[in-house]
Order: sequence, then C-alpha cells, then structure tokens
Amino acid sequence: MTGININNIRIGFVRALPIFFSYVFIGMAYGITMAESGFSWYWSMLISLFVYTGAYQFVLISFLAGGVPMLTLIMTALLMNSRQSFYGLTFLKDFNAMGKRRLFMIHSLTDEIYAIDCTLVGMPDEQRRDVMFWLALFGWFFWNLGTLLGGLTGQLLPFNFEGIDFCMTALFVTIFMDQWERIKDHSPAAAGLAVGGICLFIFGPSSFMLPALIIVSLMLLIFDKYKGRADKNADKKEDRH
Amino acid sequence: MSTANIILMIAVSVAVTFFLRILPFFAFSGDRKMPEWLDRLGQALPPAIMAVLIVYCLKDVPYDLKNAAVPKLLGVAATVISYRLKHNSLISLVSGTAVYMLMIRLI
Repeated sequence: MTGININNIRIGFVRALPIFFSYVFIGMAYGITMAESGFSWYWSMLISLFVYTGAYQFVLISFLAGGVPMLTLIMTALLMNSRQSFYGLTFLKDFNAMGKRRLFMIHSLTDEIYAIDCTLVGMPDEQRRDVMFWLALFGWFFWNLGTLLGGLTGQLLPFNFEGIDFCMTALFVTIFMDQWERIKDHSPAAAGLAVGGICLFIFGPSSFMLPALIIVSLMLLIFDKYKGRADKNADKKEDRH
Repeated sequence: MSTANIILMIAVSVAVTFFLRILPFFAFSGDRKMPEWLDRLGQALPPAIMAVLIVYCLKDVPYDLKNAAVPKLLGVAATVISYRLKHNSLISLVSGTAVYMLMIRLI
C-alpha cells in the first residue's frame, strides 16, 4: 500500500486509456461551455476537481448562469447522481482497506471508473487496490486536464470531435460481454437489460435510471434469497445421504 | 449571480455528490459489520449495472430513429462483432466509435 510501484502505475494507466479520449474531450467541452457562459477556467477547475460528475456538471452551468432555488439544485443533484450510491456497494471492503486513499477512492468512483474497476480480476487484492487507485487518479486527471484546456482555449478544436462520447457506450458493451463470458450466472445481466428497458419505457429517458437500479437490486436480493434456500435444501439432501 | 452565491451553489453540489458516493460506506464503517446479503448484492451488481448503463447510453434509440437509432445500433454492432473476433477492448472501442462518428456524419 505504501510506496510507489511503477508496474502498478503502468497497469493503472493502460487500464485508464479507454476513457482518455472521452474524459479529455468531454472535459474540454465542459470547460468551453463554462467559458461561453462567462465563467473563467478556475471555476470550471474547481467544479471538475470536487464535483467530478459528468452530466450534472453541465446542468450546473445553467444553474450558475441563471440562478435557481437551492432546493431545485439539491433535488437535481440527488436525482442525477443517486446511481453513484450503488457503485460503492461493490467495493466497500476494498476501499475500507485503503487507508489514506479511501476518501479519494470514494470521491472518484464515476460510472466509467466503476466499470473498469470491475474488470480487474486475477490479481492479488493488494495489487488490485493499488491499480484501482492509480486508475482512478488518471481518470480524475484526464477529466481535469480536459476542463483546463477547454477553459483556457475557450474555443473549439480544429477537428470536429462530435460523437467521441460513443466510446463510453462501447466501453460498457465490451465490459458487459467480458462479464457475460466470465460469470456463469447470467441472471443479473439479463435482469439489468430487461428492467432497464422496461423502466425506460415507463419512466422515460431522463428519469428511468434510479427506479431501474432500485428494482434490479431488489430482484437480485430476491434471486439471492431463493438461491440461498435452494443451496440449503441441497445441503440437507446431501446430509441425508 | 454574486460570487458568494456561486460558491454556495458549488459547495452544495460538492456536498450532495460526495454524500451520495459515501452513503454506502457510512452505513458500514467501524463496528457495524456489513451483512452478508449486502456483500453478495455488491458482488452480483456489476453485470446488472453495466446492463442499465448500456440502456442509459441507448436511451434515445426508441425515440429518435434517424439521428440516434441507426448510428448507435451500428456502433454497438461494430463493437460486439470486433470484440467477438479479437477479444481486445481497445480495438472494439476504436472500431465502434469510428463507425458511430462516421454514421452521424453520413446520415
């Protein structure tokens, strides 16, 4: 944990590469939009460093520019970012074992970092946690690098990068496929797709994510209870033999 | 907006976002042990969350056939096929994104 392991930094960097372009370019888009709304680069940096959440930061621009009741701001932040509460559940033990790095790990757990953290398998726990730290640090750095560049230049790039954000979709798809091959029990993946799709139609594109995550978690708990009972029954049968 | 107001809005945003991120850790720190069922839920969640994130990325597909559905579904198809063939996530990211970026310019 203490000391710097160059090899782990290298692994962290390579693992963070898939988000390099999207974090830098979306960060730039953020810095540029802030500059266009009249906010200097240091405001954008302050927000990117400490809020560090994609979509909500863009919404916050209009709040800062036009003003909004504080309750609206709080509710928007709660609803847009509530999914982040689910990510910590997978890494409670890991982050709690990370000492001084713990608070940073919690702060830097974005959608993409969570997704990549989930792909780190086949490493001893201590090394995996070290790699998770460096990967999170690189992600945070990319986002802020983009924000700073966008805020300072305040103008669009010579090449039109529209559509670069699709690499997030592609990243989630490859991780989903990797997990599908690695994990025998396909019920969580299938439940996620089905509940996500159904909630999209019921709640609409802008507000389906929180209900989908809650329903899927409840379903997994029910699966777990059912499976636990089935396992116990299997044990009982074995006892009889 | 006054500077004080801006700082207050940023501070509240930081607080709410960090609160949401630390929430699961609050519940189980120190003496309070994490119940086993929650541990198992945390381990089962990743594929489910990945699936919901994919739906999130494709959320405009059913509502916007021309601008969203065709380029996004072709981009996903390129990602899936290249991942099946090469099993390399970086290659799949580049090919999927390239197909999408090309499609939104062509259509």
